[in-house]
Amino acid sequence: MIDHDVLTRVLGAAVRGGAEFAEVFAEDKRSTSAGLDDGRIEQVTSGRDRGAGIRVVKGDTTGFAHTADLSEAGLCVAAESAAAAASQGGGGTRVIELTRRAATDVNRVARYPDDVPKAEKVELLRRIDEAARAAGASIVQVSAGYGDSRRRILVANTDGVLAEDEQVRGLVRMSVVANGDAGMQTGFQSAGQTVGFEMFDTVDVEELARDAARQAITKLSARPAPSGSLPVVIKRGSGGVLFHEACGHGLEADLVAKGASVYRGKAGELVASPLVTLVDDGTMSTEWGAIGIDDEGHPSQYNVLIEEGVLTDYMWDYLRARKEGRRQSGNGRRQSYMHLPMVRMTNTYVLNGTEQPDDIVRATDHGVYVAKLGGGSVNTATGDFVFGMTEAYLIEHGEITEPLREGNLVGNGPQVLRDIDLLGNDFAMGNPGTCGKDGQGVPVGDGQPTLRVKAMTIGGTAT
Amino acid sequence: MSEMQAIADAVIAQARPGEQVEAFVSRDSETDIRVYEGEIEHFVSARSEGIGIRIIRDGRTGFAYAGTLDQQAVADVLAEARDNVEFGTPDEWAGLAEPDGVDVVAQELWSATLAEYSTDRKIELTKELERLTLAADGRVRIDDANYSDVASESAVATTTGIRRSGRENGCYVSASTLADDGDETQTGFGFSVGRSPDDFDLAKAAREAADRATRLLGATKPASKRLTVVLDPFVTAQFLGVISGTLNGEAVIKGRSLFRDRVGEAVASPQFTLVDDPTNPLAYTATELDGEGLAARRNVLIDGGTLLGFVHSSYSARRANTVSTANAVRGGFRGTPGVGCLALQLTPGARLQAELVADIDDGVLVQSVSGMHSGVNSISGDFSTGASGLLITDGQLGAPVREFTIASTLPRHDHERRLTRRASPTSSTNERFGHRTATEPE
Repeated sequence: MIDHDVLTRVLGAAVRGGAEFAEVFAEDKRSTSAGLDDGRIEQVTSGRDRGAGIRVVKGDTTGFAHTADLSEAGLCVAAESAAAAASQGGGGTRVIELTRRAATDVNRVARYPDDVPKAEKVELLRRIDEAARAAGASIVQVSAGYGDSRRRILVANTDGVLAEDEQVRGLVRMSVVANGDAGMQTGFQSAGQTVGFEMFDTVDVEELARDAARQAITKLSARPAPSGSLPVVIKRGSGGVLFHEACGHGLEADLVAKGASVYRGKAGELVASPLVTLVDDGTMSTEWGAIGIDDEGHPSQYNVLIEEGVLTDYMWDYLRARKEGRRQSGNGRRQSYMHLPMVRMTNTYVLNGTEQPDDIVRATDHGVYVAKLGGGSVNTATGDFVFGMTEAYLIEHGEITEPLREGNLVGNGPQVLRDIDLLGNDFAMGNPGTCGKDGQGVPVGDGQPTLRVKAMTIGGTAT
Repeated sequence: MSEMQAIADAVIAQARPGEQVEAFVSRDSETDIRVYEGEIEHFVSARSEGIGIRIIRDGRTGFAYAGTLDQQAVADVLAEARDNVEFGTPDEWAGLAEPDGVDVVAQELWSATLAEYSTDRKIELTKELERLTLAADGRVRIDDANYSDVASESAVATTTGIRRSGRENGCYVSASTLADDGDETQTGFGFSVGRSPDDFDLAKAAREAADRATRLLGATKPASKRLTVVLDPFVTAQFLGVISGTLNGEAVIKGRSLFRDRVGEAVASPQFTLVDDPTNPLAYTATELDGEGLAARRNVLIDGGTLLGFVHSSYSARRANTVSTANAVRGGFRGTPGVGCLALQLTPGARLQAELVADIDDGVLVQSVSGMHSGVNSISGDFSTGASGLLITDGQLGAPVREFTIASTLPRHDHERRLTRRASPTSSTNERFGHRTATEPE
């Protein structure tokens, strides 16, 4: 993307004012998206974003500037403005030797999205529309989206790091509305992978559409969710987002360092039920949060965060790792070249336990079975979180019975981790997600086996 | 003529017979400063620009964008948009907006004071906010203190005769706080928004940041029950965001709004009047133009509890056999306009918050909500959101409570007008919070 010698000179210009560290992050991203709504392909969109962000660190201050001009002159202007932002003095020159670093080999792309005819992409949406509408007479509306991207990144810094990666992703998502006597209900499904268009050889979009339709139809006869504190069983692959929110964010080293995490100072302590081992894994082939390198040039890693209930480590980016004198963990990510990197998750999941999932339901006399969790948010300083339940059922006398209408699950992260009392052996990854932090969104995955939390607050409307 | 307008004009001049072409061009520059413990943690100085081109032919729409105004890139975007037209389904209502003769209500959107404000003074303001916040309460720590400003210029041109350009700038400061009491930690935030830093009220932002974090210390989790709920203005603004989704003309024509067949009916308490008014200069999101280049205007949506109508872009209006209310919302050059409210305001009632509270035997004052984006279904009307606030007993504000949910169903049947009835009588507090929502393109 940028010539080796140009990078060396630009980095030299960036540290001429006496800064300790400078970095060039260049990105070239092409994307295609298409939307279907109300039976129509509304629009196909093509996008191109290309540019570089230059970061200069002096003392505890980071200066940052970005440019869409990848010429040497354009890069030098950005480098000088980042340097000026970081410092007001100093001097001297540095010789920078760039050494190419290998990326983690996470996956191979067979069909690049740019090589796939747009008609073939749009056809996926038509198949989703047809399958969902054929699922029942009560289906009144279907909307679906397709998206792909090919993102090439290059990172070079004054520590000598030179690394490149190509991240190819594909995604479909759909929302289906059913109409009944008691109003309308919706069902959702999605699939996303870090791989080429060959993902649709194995992802059955019709099956996803039928599942979204089934959710909407089932909810037509749903009763209001209960309110109050109850045992909650979470189906495999549908509750990983709870761990992402409830403890993942609290294990990000930047939040820990500022004392904005309930997990500050807890390394080596028992913070969860001994059943729980929690991992963040950027190397997970084709999963939505998989990366070869992070956005600071560090190869992605498999990081154990909690082992049998004991907090083993936090997640790290360059700045926090440097400050604490330790290694990065491959968690420095950013939305685009226009953003500063920070500590972010990749694929975050709970490893298998030993229970049969059916036994977990059977062991629950009265509770709620969550088959799909919606979005959520967490206050990392208190651990308090909120999630929408988009598909849930009542458990009565050890059996899944009636469907429930939507409601929120409210709880406290550290408490929920301690309250997991049954863990299944049926691990699955969940739907692709976009994690938002400080206004930046990055693709993340999550997963977990079927499990039970002995008590959570359910905010339903039943009285 | 602005450079942006010249680029947009040059693109639409290349329209071929039978094509409607729209070019939207923008350039932004922004400054972000974060201060932590009296030092600059980061200083971001950024400039970005780009173009989005939409082409409609035979009812089919194609779109493409690029994050650059490089001449070759602009030519590529035009070619890509043209290619993308082939794949859309013909839609008899597809089309660009056309000039409708409504005059622009002029707004002061550009502050020369902000444009000339020195970097050193911006840094000093941010440090000052951090100092004031720490001084407000001994239990408070700072997560970060921020200053942010943005200046943008944009232009739109269409083959249907729309040709507009303009520029605006604005800025804000904010502080995120933590408050500790023993093992317990709570969080808060405070902010101040202005056309220029001269509009900032740093003392108020600092006090709010400290109050929000400390007021929940010692909070407990209340038992579940039905009671009267009073919403703080900041919380009400978030509920209005949800209600605005149900008044979106595009959601209505696609059968996704619970209000779709209810125009002319009483859908809320008689005290409830909801107006979208981007021409009000006091609204932070006041603007002259909507996302398609039509003059922004005042639209009364609910008047004394009666639903008067919905907000529309030119597309949703054409499909609903009405005219655009100038509510096209554009997120930038990377997308086509959706539909949304521009500056939604709930008209104040006659009583102060304290007077509302004094009349309540058993209730809760909700000061913050979380999970609004996940817990609300604008199609079924069910909502459930995490909340925290203060209990109300015999007309008095009492103990703080947290980790509870408030849940109900938005009006669907006549006997089920819970949210809007509960939210009234409206308080006379008249703070305005910026609110824009849009149906984002895929």
